[in-house]
Amino acid sequence: MTQSIESFRLPNGLTVLVEKMPDVQSAAMTLLVPAGCVQDLPGKCGTGSILTEMLPRGASGYSAREYCSRLDNLGLQRNVSIGTSHITFTGATTADRLNESIQEFARMILAPHLADEEFEPARDLVEQSLTAMEDEPRQRLGKALRQHSFAAPWGNSAEGELNDLPNITIADVRRHFHELICPNESILGIAGNVDSEQVREIVSNVFETWTPKSAPPIRSGERLDPMFHMHHESAQTHIGLSWESVPYHHPLYYDAWAAVSLLSGGMSSRLFTEVREKRGLCYAISASLNTLRDEGRVFAYAGTTNERAQETLDVTVAEIRRLHEGITDDELQRCKARAKSALIMQQESTTSRASSMARDVYHLGRVVTLDEIHSKIDGLTTDSVRNFIVSHAPRSMVLVTIGPQSPDSSCVTALGQ
Amino acid sequence: MQFQQHVLSNGLRIIAETTPSVHSVAAGFFVRTGSRDETSEVSGVSHFLEHMAFKGDDKLSADDVNRIFDELGAKYNASTSEEVTMYYAAVLPEYLDAAMSLLSSLMCPSLRQDDFDMEKNVILEEIGMYEDQPSFTCYDMVMATYFAGHPLGQSILGTNESITALTADQMRAYHKARYHTGNITLAVTGNCRFEDIVSIAERHCLKIPNGVGARPLPDVQSKPATKMLQKEGSVQQHIMQMGAGPKSCSELRYAAELLSVVVGDDSGSRLFWELVDPGLAEAADLGYNEYDGAGTWMSYLSCQPEEVQSNLELFQRVLDDVNSNGITAEELEQARNKVASRIVLRGERPMGRLSSLGSNWVYRQQYRSIADDLKTVRSVTQQDIRELLEQFPLRMTSTVGVGPIAEI
Repeated sequence: MTQSIESFRLPNGLTVLVEKMPDVQSAAMTLLVPAGCVQDLPGKCGTGSILTEMLPRGASGYSAREYCSRLDNLGLQRNVSIGTSHITFTGATTADRLNESIQEFARMILAPHLADEEFEPARDLVEQSLTAMEDEPRQRLGKALRQHSFAAPWGNSAEGELNDLPNITIADVRRHFHELICPNESILGIAGNVDSEQVREIVSNVFETWTPKSAPPIRSGERLDPMFHMHHESAQTHIGLSWESVPYHHPLYYDAWAAVSLLSGGMSSRLFTEVREKRGLCYAISASLNTLRDEGRVFAYAGTTNERAQETLDVTVAEIRRLHEGITDDELQRCKARAKSALIMQQESTTSRASSMARDVYHLGRVVTLDEIHSKIDGLTTDSVRNFIVSHAPRSMVLVTIGPQSPDSSCVTALGQ
Repeated sequence: MQFQQHVLSNGLRIIAETTPSVHSVAAGFFVRTGSRDETSEVSGVSHFLEHMAFKGDDKLSADDVNRIFDELGAKYNASTSEEVTMYYAAVLPEYLDAAMSLLSSLMCPSLRQDDFDMEKNVILEEIGMYEDQPSFTCYDMVMATYFAGHPLGQSILGTNESITALTADQMRAYHKARYHTGNITLAVTGNCRFEDIVSIAERHCLKIPNGVGARPLPDVQSKPATKMLQKEGSVQQHIMQMGAGPKSCSELRYAAELLSVVVGDDSGSRLFWELVDPGLAEAADLGYNEYDGAGTWMSYLSCQPEEVQSNLELFQRVLDDVNSNGITAEELEQARNKVASRIVLRGERPMGRLSSLGSNWVYRQQYRSIADDLKTVRSVTQQDIRELLEQFPLRMTSTVGVGPIAEI
């Protein structure tokens, strides 16, 4: 898989990655700025979320409507979203419009208006989306599982907290912008049918004036109770589990990935086979590896009607517990085949290449080539994966449920000891 | 990109758009069957059958099907709508033969009793899952209300009662009636040679029985109606409305797509500026949906209950203004740019092209390249939009709601 990737750093610290993909017509960009919800001040959870609503609302002297039209006329499909560690800006359009798109897109990063009159509407929108989430048990579960799995602020809700919204002011939002939206530690990935030299020139010019700052340190708090039930008169009981694994930069990351893949990597994986196919206990069941920079966890989900919740939980936990047993070559080969095929298909997607490169640099400080991932996957053996599972057997298991009744959690606590 | 087609001796039509520069190949069976083709006794059978297709045929067990798809590293799935059931897989080119062998087994499943009994539980769980998502409940209600008495108003999932009562024999009879070459098209996109596709299909697809497709297309006679489902303890109100739009065979469909972007796209549209940007609603969209012999405008509003009345008035004002005055040249140009970019980005990957290739064929027996679509989008004029609005004004006749409010 020949890849043509260049990386460089601007004097202000912005890291830029450019991958030339000659067979496509599009170009995509991902900018990671370390201004995620971990930087929301205590009691003001949602500040960054309001900021992401406000950034596109007018920039560089253009009103919100004018600015929006300029982006739409470039055919630029874009998104600004907040996560745990970063505010992420993504954009994609046809490659011939990339240069203009970079210039236009940069306006909301370098010179957003953050006008007084846009604050209330932006806060109202964040409130609306948090309110809507209250009616969706699966979404509430996802939020609570994160909160109970990672210590604050790493488990905080990126979207915000309804109770905190009234305490947040425009001054807080501007502080979030001025202190945190800065180039040092930010990473820009660009992929597509582009001329790398030209991209370098444009990016250097456009972001030249962006001034570096030092971000305030983040203090980790306590972890919440690992067992938590929320009452909700829902049709299903939604079950969330999480346990410790390793982060992306860990030398055993690919073994950890393979372990989760055996559990939930395809329709022949263990959870799908045992919980859904053999017992018909649920429609949706999944597990995935979720990694912060210094901490990785597996998150699992199952949704099932209330009378079958206990059996679903018991069977799911039993499968997690016996994951190291009877791993066959064929089973591992299937995980490898899926991964390799996904790697090759990734070369058809400018959006996934742009974001993968940016993510690599955040976690590892460098871009990992698809060939390198390929060889790591090739190097996995049933022994290496089994050893990983045994040595990283789930500790500190978290169980969060939502539904009319709380299932008995003894199968989980037994596992945690 | 090159388009070619061929009909096998059993009547199965193969359509393909080959592109040597991409890395993968996608193949899909588009079956012209869905909830509109069901009788009320078997409500939900199309979707349940889609699940059962993965349970194997006379040679493969359910485990085999899942295992082999994973061995090939395939991205695969299936979906069921009111009108089309689609089964697809994207693989690396060297696995096309194996993937086609497996996909073709999905067209002739054994429908074993024990698999049927087990999978019924999964379907009931899926119904439960959607019940916990108010916007899905709302969609089912607006379709049932607008299309009351018309086949398009029939639920895709069915109900707990209809699924519980369904028998394997009823499913076998439905399968026999609907899964034949009169209703099935094989579409392939991406990196492969057409000769190879034909010879692979010759090997795997001749077992699909011959048949003639038939589907009644009654006119829609929608009566104005309002239905509200009050959910105790819920906090957000969801409202959907529906009115008549152009049919899938209409030349007005591109204008309809562009108009829906101007009026109701999720950002930068009239409804966005009127309702979402000021923070009055979480969502305020308008979409155009095309069906066999029918078409709809569908709007969606999600907001806090106390804002519903005033938001609906603002919503109506936006639609009235468009109905009376049309849209500006700038708005149209902006929508063209947005839609053109979406066509290019979506069409870049074989999986993205597959649904467009297959749908165009199922609905219109027509091939359209990306260049054709771009040209048509570029050529839509304000006059076209005016003609569209004369025939299909943005007039919503059905209103439904899910949330805390009992009446509006």
